[in-house]
Amino acid sequence: MSILLISEHDNSNLKVFTLNAITAASKIDQEINVLVAGNKCESVAKEVAAIPLVKKVLYCDSPNYENYLAENLTPLIIKLSEPYTHIIASANTFGKNFMPRVAALLDVSQISDVIKINSSEEFLRPIYAGNAFATIKSNDKKKCITIRPTSFDPAPASGGSAPVEKIDVVDVPNISKFIKREETKSERPELGTARIVISGGRGMQSGENFKLINSIADKLNAAVGASRAAVDAGYIGNDHQVGQTGKVVVPDLYIAVGISGAIQHLAGMKESKVIVAINKDGEAPIFSIADYGLEADLFEALPEFLDELNKLNTIQK
Amino acid sequence: MKILVAVKRVIDYNVQIRVKEDGSGVNTDNVKMSTNPPDDNAIEEAVKLKETGKVKEIVAVTIGEEKAQETVRKALAVGADRGIHVKSESYVEPLGVAKILKKIVEKEKPDLVFLGKQAIDDDCNQTGQMLAALLSWPQGTFASKIELKDKVIEVTREVDEGLETIEINLPAIITCDLRLNEPRFASLPNIMKAKKKLIEQLSAKDFDIDIENRIQLIKVEEPPKRKGGIKVSSVAELVGKLKNEAKVI
Repeated sequence: MSILLISEHDNSNLKVFTLNAITAASKIDQEINVLVAGNKCESVAKEVAAIPLVKKVLYCDSPNYENYLAENLTPLIIKLSEPYTHIIASANTFGKNFMPRVAALLDVSQISDVIKINSSEEFLRPIYAGNAFATIKSNDKKKCITIRPTSFDPAPASGGSAPVEKIDVVDVPNISKFIKREETKSERPELGTARIVISGGRGMQSGENFKLINSIADKLNAAVGASRAAVDAGYIGNDHQVGQTGKVVVPDLYIAVGISGAIQHLAGMKESKVIVAINKDGEAPIFSIADYGLEADLFEALPEFLDELNKLNTIQK
Repeated sequence: MKILVAVKRVIDYNVQIRVKEDGSGVNTDNVKMSTNPPDDNAIEEAVKLKETGKVKEIVAVTIGEEKAQETVRKALAVGADRGIHVKSESYVEPLGVAKILKKIVEKEKPDLVFLGKQAIDDDCNQTGQMLAALLSWPQGTFASKIELKDKVIEVTREVDEGLETIEINLPAIITCDLRLNEPRFASLPNIMKAKKKLIEQLSAKDFDIDIENRIQLIKVEEPPKRKGGIKVSSVAELVGKLKNEAKVI
């Protein structure tokens, strides 16, 4: 067996979820080759070569791959796929975009969002927004898999020295064009990997009121999340959404403020180690999964929360 | 211009699903079923484009058991012109669905195919991308905004980092995010009119393609339950517990 893993990066740095996917891949087989396709991304190829679990880096440099358009990336992966038994990527908007394209052209059924590897052909994945877990066995010769990154620890990133093999560029179909990316820059940790996440819901009542959440986030070095209701209402950007169709987070501490706890939201956070719910409706479903529930008006509780945190001598970062 | 919209019948998003005791799946008997939520956005967007005059015809298609027709009928009530129901009594994997849709596309020759980005039952998020690959068409996945131009369509996509805008050639596949629009409700007169609209009946067996499932379901189980927590009476108590008991701050 051997694995072709597709790395995610921004052409200068590797994205951390690739390390989680590498850990998952190593539970299938140790022969892990990683594709680094991008534009002027030699530094990423070097970074990947240093990952001890990586046996070989396949490095393909071309402006065609700068923005990992699925239409351009797919032919390259197809061409490289021949000797591999498993093709793996993260189950985020990066992997979800191109992997089904690859799977369809290879005529295999993709296995999405794997949270546990039972064997090289048997996997566990959540269905129905995580309200059921399905154990499935793939009968395809070649397997296309996306890995839920938060279900696996990141692989150690340094100490290795894998060979880097240059790969020739493959023709692209010229049917899609990248225009722009609007990223929200933040000093806070990334939502997907933060140790603490504090999220606001419809109960926040306005975008302005998220400053109450932000000041606590700054104090705890936490990422800020939101329910779909809060994003739909325009209180905060879509990149903050936690849930079935947003991001899945597994922080040490998740604080849900003014979030009732719809199934769709729980799907994105219920694996968190410790869950706190602050809500004035004592019957809100979020309390049924919270380790610590506080039935209170968030507009009183949040300033008080900040005061209490300020009283502490030390706060873990 | 013509748009094909694919819709799927799923357990209603408000229903708390129940895993069958024998582990063979999820109980769907006497459970409320609805159109997969982002598929409603797909229909809505097509109808909006028709209202601008840019689109002449909307065809709604579904694959599934007898009752899956209800989702097509709903699409017709909202504004689709005619429907196609590809009957299949058993579950078809996204790859099989994409293969059937490819056949429909080859026959109907739409300029655009709209689908929901993900079905809320199997949560696969595959069908649109697979269909795009099989047709060698470009894809605009997780779309929260689209702008139809001459021969191209500009798509704003919801990605992990925020928003991304791409421009893709027609014909194209669009998979719709819930934020693309606000789906309308069908009015009673339109529901009545929809009953007279045509739904073409086909069978998955009519297509000479391999749609056999490749993935074997071993078992379905409930996820591990979280053990019940406690209610705290004050913020001070909460912070104390987080600091000294849970040791997370």
